Amino acid sequence: MSLVSKLPILSRRRLLAGAAGLAGGLIAVRDVSAQAVQPGAHQQVLDKAVGGKKAQPGKVRIRMPEIAENGNTVPMTVAVESPMTAADHVKAVHIVTDNNPRPEVASFYFTPGNGKAEVSTRIRLSQTMNVLAYAEMSDGSVWSARAEAKVTIGGCGG
Amino acid sequence: MSTARIRLPASIKKGDIVEVKTLVTHTMESGQRRDAQNNVIPRKILNKFACTYNGKEVFKADLAAAISANPYLAFFITATESGTLDFVWTDDDGSTIKESAKITVA
Repeated sequence: MSLVSKLPILSRRRLLAGAAGLAGGLIAVRDVSAQAVQPGAHQQVLDKAVGGKKAQPGKVRIRMPEIAENGNTVPMTVAVESPMTAADHVKAVHIVTDNNPRPEVASFYFTPGNGKAEVSTRIRLSQTMNVLAYAEMSDGSVWSARAEAKVTIGGCGG
Repeated sequence: MSTARIRLPASIKKGDIVEVKTLVTHTMESGQRRDAQNNVIPRKILNKFACTYNGKEVFKADLAAAISANPYLAFFITATESGTLDFVWTDDDGSTIKESAKITVA
């Protein structure tokens, strides 16, 4: 029978808390991402990126694993339906998150020479959150999508 | 020393929409971490990427600190002619990483 199971519950919790504190002290690099996430900051970034235009949901798809094992590197693909002709194409896709220390992820600028408006990358997510994308089309319309990723181990050095 | 790797399909026919996969070595220091003395490690990331196809810009990106270390970026191009794809990544400090790949279109 292990020593820990012999202890009353209160002491066991204290023991684990103490162990966690010790482990925290041993990690040379600590993360500051516990600083407050500004609510609504991500929406401001998106609005500014598209010059305040209103976005309607559709045409954009964000593909990510539903559960991300490692928040340091979460694969993400963003695709926008578009013929990508000179007359009708995606000009830009802006991506933000709603619960990272800073909301910006990337802006991707497409041309008809891409043939397909799709981009894949890997992103950092500090905890479970939503990823939001706004796509600006050559006709001035803006389309949006949102996807949630659950994160088991956060990706901000913690 | 950063290295960049580019992957293109082995055989490309004119008109094919092909995926260009890029990978570059870079810490992408987010500016969110602290060192052992509790000082914030300053942000130092690649914040821009651009690809030109025979001199014409075909794709570019602004990258933020939420892009993972060793940035992987994959996008598509319509293969029109043989030639060169040039890639440039720009660091916060103004330095650049450049790479080129030949594209052979049948």
